[in-house]
Amino acid sequence: MSLTIRSNSFRHGIHPDDHKEQTAELRIERVPFVATYVLPLSQNLGAPSQSIVRKGEAVRRGQKIARPGGYVSTALHSPVTGTVRAIEPRRHPDGRMLESIVIDADPYDPQLLPDQPPIDWESLTIDEFVTHVQEAGLVGMGGAAFPSHVKYKLPDGKKIETLVVNGCECEPFLTADHRLMVEEAARVVRGSEILAAKIGATKTVIGVEKNKPDGVKALQKVIGDRTDIEVAPLRVKYPQGAEKMLIKALFDLEVPSGKLPLDVGVIVNNVATMAAIADYFDHGIPLIERIVTVSGPGTGQPANLLVPIGTPIRALLSHCEAITEHMREVIAGGPMMGLPLMSIDVPVLKGTSGLLVFTKAEQSRLPEFTCVKCSRCLEACPAFLNPSRFGRLAHAERWDEIEEYFVMDCIECGSCTYTCPSNIPIVQLIRVAKSAIRKKNRKK
Amino acid sequence: MIGREPGLILEAAPFLRRELTTSKLMRDVLLGLAPVVLAAVWYFGVSAILVIAAATAGAMGTEWLFPPYGKRGHSLKDGSAALTGVLLGLTLPPGLPLWMAVVGGLVGMGLGKLVWGGLGHNLFNPALVGRAFLQAAFPTALTTWAPYGGIGQFFQVRGATLAAPFMHMDVDAVSSATPLALMKFSGESTPFQNLLFGSTGGSLGETSALILIFAGLWLGLRRTYDWRIPVAILASTAAFAGILYLVSPSAYPPPHFMILSGGLLLGAVFMATDPVTSPLSPRGAWIFGAGIGFLVVLIRVFGGFPEGVMYSILLMNAATPLIDKAVQPRVFGRPRREKS
Repeated sequence: MSLTIRSNSFRHGIHPDDHKEQTAELRIERVPFVATYVLPLSQNLGAPSQSIVRKGEAVRRGQKIARPGGYVSTALHSPVTGTVRAIEPRRHPDGRMLESIVIDADPYDPQLLPDQPPIDWESLTIDEFVTHVQEAGLVGMGGAAFPSHVKYKLPDGKKIETLVVNGCECEPFLTADHRLMVEEAARVVRGSEILAAKIGATKTVIGVEKNKPDGVKALQKVIGDRTDIEVAPLRVKYPQGAEKMLIKALFDLEVPSGKLPLDVGVIVNNVATMAAIADYFDHGIPLIERIVTVSGPGTGQPANLLVPIGTPIRALLSHCEAITEHMREVIAGGPMMGLPLMSIDVPVLKGTSGLLVFTKAEQSRLPEFTCVKCSRCLEACPAFLNPSRFGRLAHAERWDEIEEYFVMDCIECGSCTYTCPSNIPIVQLIRVAKSAIRKKNRKK
Repeated sequence: MIGREPGLILEAAPFLRRELTTSKLMRDVLLGLAPVVLAAVWYFGVSAILVIAAATAGAMGTEWLFPPYGKRGHSLKDGSAALTGVLLGLTLPPGLPLWMAVVGGLVGMGLGKLVWGGLGHNLFNPALVGRAFLQAAFPTALTTWAPYGGIGQFFQVRGATLAAPFMHMDVDAVSSATPLALMKFSGESTPFQNLLFGSTGGSLGETSALILIFAGLWLGLRRTYDWRIPVAILASTAAFAGILYLVSPSAYPPPHFMILSGGLLLGAVFMATDPVTSPLSPRGAWIFGAGIGFLVVLIRVFGGFPEGVMYSILLMNAATPLIDKAVQPRVFGRPRREKS
């Protein structure tokens, strides 16, 4: 039995200003090609890919340049036609210097994608399908960049009844998924249909927050009167896009702690990943580009850009007039869970959903006061934990006690820090605690 | 090798903060207190101002002298010391010698808060600790109620306000009784409208029920405090008083009198809601409030004192860690009462 929709949100969570008005109405715009692309081999969670090209080698747009470096790893493809200039350590958005393939684009090439015949996915076995997805380089495009094929390869005895497509985009500022649903609803639906058929899901539910009514409408128009696929408008609330929260929001069902959505018969995938599946199986196009929202108060010309993976972030920020003397903080991803960049000379990755530029004025650094146990963090925590206690215990480095209160169930959504009137960096302290606990448990 | 972009700040996510700070919350509470203070001034004139100012000076001065954290004076910025002082002042009788009010502020802040480690670490409500100390040290002064007067008597200093420290209180002052004392000791009830508008004897801030109800509603609707606590206190007081009243309407006061008289509203709205000394979870808040209401009725009706709000809140403060431990919310995706 597939699950039925019986709710429109989860409990707790926060309501930050969504700040989406700057880009919500802007059409997706393809950025001009640049001279050089940098493709770190570490693009996904899990093992890095392994390069299969050599320095000086000519590559075509869409050509595979690295193979999966393990089971939890994906292939990597050249975003442009050009020449491999180097394979060397380059600055990664996470700050480290990591092995990357550097490609000079051929300035005289029209950068067209050769037409490929569609893949006959219906006749593929599930194992063949999974390999195809891995070879297409597909990852979860909401930000975590978890290799998609791993989700589709079910352990023996597990059955998926419901495919959930995640169009929440609950992070403020980001509108990449929103625009994709409005402009490319057909691709989203097409990808969902292929995936649902292959994993045996009888029902597909696309969860979209109500602040994207045009997205809901566009999807519904494509779906028409089909009954196997449905759009579920959800109340606007953060962090609704977190897998387990979305499942709770739609079906009023809790995925048990330590378990995966597939344990309750569900797979959750981002809308952009669905579009990428459609591109690959219908047109043979692997994952070589994605939509990136460039926004934030420091951005002169906010935009939703269609960007080749590997494009230097400096080029995008300069395209959007964000590089000014006021630029103080650049975030890859959303403002709640994104990654701060120490350098803008790093590339867009498969998981880069947005680039946000903040200026000094917005980033007020308030002094930290002591916890007054106001319990606002308890009411914000979607995991129903007690962040206030974690904050106090982490200050005292009492890791054993923190672990007893289920800190490992924290999804690090940051709602506690957001809501804390004493300005205590609660989720940051929790991250420290979690890594200390992991370290301690490894030693045992 | 490309290094760090000049001028970029590195912080860890999240990068958005709700525009709500502890000092803003304290300011909200102080704002909610403003009409209560004004009513006190209306009824008790310049003495009200002096007593509240003395208690506040005592509280803030103590925290300034013994900063719990950071540089001297930094902790005053969170506004909690000022709030403690004003709250203490409002629980005191109008004609109290000023030096006693200062001592109350000092003890409340010192024993009620600073020895615990400052804001957030104390077990008991600091204002009530100060009040309890004064009650024990100066029982007569704390139960001598200068009569209320209109704004016309503004400049008339009440009672022993200006008495010198440690001198024998030689007051010819006319004294009045509080509605609760009248009820307890002479079985006399106070007219409903006097309780509502505040033309009765009593502590500075407790007399006007109407103003306290409005201040409480405002703060509750703004979500400045947990509305469940005052609601639970009032409901529980009404319930227990109601049961007694049903048993014998002639022997026990009616529930609405229990709610509108004495320090119940002041305590429910401004003392019990102190987040530091009340439970964290919603269920805990209900238990905490219900316990206060029960104790208030118990002390007022069967105890030796006419009033019991202060001790009820302090007792439930003491029970708060226990309540917090007992009613932990169920963690998402886990069964109730799981232990790792």
